[in-house]
Amino acid sequence: MIEAALTFAVTCFALALLFNLWRIAKAPGVVDRILALDTMVINAIALLNLYGISQKTPVYFEVSMLIAMVGFVSTVAYCRFILRGNIIE
Amino acid sequence: MDLIFISEIVVAFMLVMAGIFGLVGSLGLVKLDDTMRRLHAPTKATTLGIGGVLIASMIYAAVFLDGLSFHELLITIFLFLTAPITANFVAKAYMHRHVKKEDLPPTGGEYGWAVYDAAPEDQRPIDTK
Repeated sequence: MIEAALTFAVTCFALALLFNLWRIAKAPGVVDRILALDTMVINAIALLNLYGISQKTPVYFEVSMLIAMVGFVSTVAYCRFILRGNIIE
Repeated sequence: MDLIFISEIVVAFMLVMAGIFGLVGSLGLVKLDDTMRRLHAPTKATTLGIGGVLIASMIYAAVFLDGLSFHELLITIFLFLTAPITANFVAKAYMHRHVKKEDLPPTGGEYGWAVYDAAPEDQRPIDTK
């Protein structure tokens, strides 16, 4: 039962990643691209954790923690660069 | 009905719900027709989806692997805390690029919108630079 649910969840998140890629390719402005990149980071964390469940190992928690932090900081840095033309003032 | 069977049902249910919410978040990112509307789908639905995945992973590790750990809860809390901040920054960047100052309603407060007007000198916090 868990294997079937895992397959379903991986399929959903892979489709979500494809949607994000499509939004990055065909975005009306740079703000949409930032939003799509942030969503891609979150979906990548979800896929990593699903892989960790399927491999029965807790290694991927640290990886996903690091990716979560880097993704948050990079999104804020992008937005700040658009807002102020500078990241660290 | 033993514990293993019940926890298997719970984990599978959480995984399916998480997958649906993640898919809905990205579908909204593609389908909605305005940046400010598109902002809602990933910041709410996708955050709920990743929370479901992480809590399913926590229950799975507690029941089937070497015991309960709170790493996943840490990531969940981090993502739930940072999602509104990200949304606020993206909305501010959008307003900075696309919304004119004259189109906005008055704030009704002491000073204007934070994107366009700086806070008055005497109300600023101490400069720590």
